[in-house]
Amino acid sequence: MSDAAIEIHDLSFSYGEVPVLERIELVVPEGEFLGIVGPNAGGKSTLLKLILGLLEPQRGEIRVLGRPPRQARRLMGYVPQYPAFSRDFPVTVEQVVLMGRLGTGRLTGSYSRRDHEIARRVMREAEVLELARRRIDQLSGGQLQRMLVARALACEPRILLLDEPTANIDMRVENELFDLLEQLNQRMTILVVSHDIAFISRYVQRVACLNRTLVCHRTEEIDAKAIQELYGGEVKMVHHHYH
Amino acid sequence: MDLLTQYGFMQSALIAGLLASIGCGVMGSYVVVKRIGYMAGGIAHSVLGGMGAALFFGFSPSGGAVAAALLAALLIGWIKLRWQAQEDTLIGAVWAIGMSLGVIFISRTPGYSTDLVSYLFGNILLVSRDQLWQTLLLDLLVIGMVAAFYRQFLAVSFDEEFARLRGIPVTLFYLLFLCLVALSVVLLVRLVGLILVIALLTLPAAIAGHHVQTLGRMMLLASLLGMAFTTLGILLSWRWDLPAGPVIILVAGIAYLVSAIAGEWRRRLQAEAAAR
Repeated sequence: MSDAAIEIHDLSFSYGEVPVLERIELVVPEGEFLGIVGPNAGGKSTLLKLILGLLEPQRGEIRVLGRPPRQARRLMGYVPQYPAFSRDFPVTVEQVVLMGRLGTGRLTGSYSRRDHEIARRVMREAEVLELARRRIDQLSGGQLQRMLVARALACEPRILLLDEPTANIDMRVENELFDLLEQLNQRMTILVVSHDIAFISRYVQRVACLNRTLVCHRTEEIDAKAIQELYGGEVKMVHHHYH
Repeated sequence: MDLLTQYGFMQSALIAGLLASIGCGVMGSYVVVKRIGYMAGGIAHSVLGGMGAALFFGFSPSGGAVAAALLAALLIGWIKLRWQAQEDTLIGAVWAIGMSLGVIFISRTPGYSTDLVSYLFGNILLVSRDQLWQTLLLDLLVIGMVAAFYRQFLAVSFDEEFARLRGIPVTLFYLLFLCLVALSVVLLVRLVGLILVIALLTLPAAIAGHHVQTLGRMMLLASLLGMAFTTLGILLSWRWDLPAGPVIILVAGIAYLVSAIAGEWRRRLQAEAAAR
């Protein structure tokens, strides 16, 4: 196999009779920072779940680091859009981050010293170390998001997948998060799903536009025409002035 | 009944209460944070089917209770995983079918019909000294499993999807977890009965949840509270000559109310202090 992080060939998926993805072709080389954008219900989250092996494709093939997705799971870190847990669960930030170490080491008993060291390191990196002992219902939206990034990093992944990581946080925190991702990209492949094309195109090298079918653009090529094709011509262009 | 026999039963009941409170504090905490009180209720009520069948066919009712509880746990777990859309209807059906079977079997067993009320609402006279060993054994089993797989149980009850991505056999741990809930229910059945058992499984844990930061501490506090409620309940019921099960549950219920109100007051005071 080649040294691609993710290879998708002729992939189709539908929920019942409703086709969600059609004949997707995508190759993500290792080390890339790829943005996936598209309208709601365009199939973005579904594509991520297929890559993670949480869903099985009806047609086509996915290889992650040269393996079937299920076998590559432990090499992927995942930050979900809607956390599947309830916010009032009595658990601390550190305990959640440590869950990223599951599936390694001993089957029974407690986490090893090395697991705790890795958890501390990634909490420092995601800037939640000072919140380690805090219960998760006392976190702000941005802090919760950084905890989820830390949990994904605790898996020591080679590929990091994030689903709408900025959906519940404000602009300033959004910038901080993407600065962090930019640093992480120096040592791992990153896929970010977002509906905010203007924002992510500042950071990513390539944008995959997904609305049942998938078209890739280099970020410098994104123009009004590409966006109109994707969203159906009802989008007004707004120029952002970033500093 | 002479005083000495009565004292012996009291002592057994008190020890049974202390032992059962440990297993129930541990599993009750999971039931509360995972919000599966309804599933636990289904498991608890189905136990009557097993007890009734055991009586009818001449086996020990405790064995029947354990078997029925495990069967109900697996059945309800399977319903939850496979038939999610009709989950509550089907669990309600299992709940009622289990009880109906139990009532029919018991009505057909000569001489045992008077026991029905004991099974439903508890009877400390049913707690014999031999059964304390069974209680201890079940307790050790529950605590041993939770201690060995604490990380996995925490991950599965916190975030199933993420646990699955880390390669944890989520379905297996989920069913195992429901089986342990079932065993905790059996621990308490004699003391407070099938109908009241859910309150004693969940109320101490719910109170503990008002005051602690982590699941581990919640389990510890819930166990201690359970011990206090069962002990106080048994002593009060003896003092006033009332049935022990309902008194224990009322003690737990009053404690829950007080704790909820105190928690609300504390939050309000903190908010006022923060606003100042």
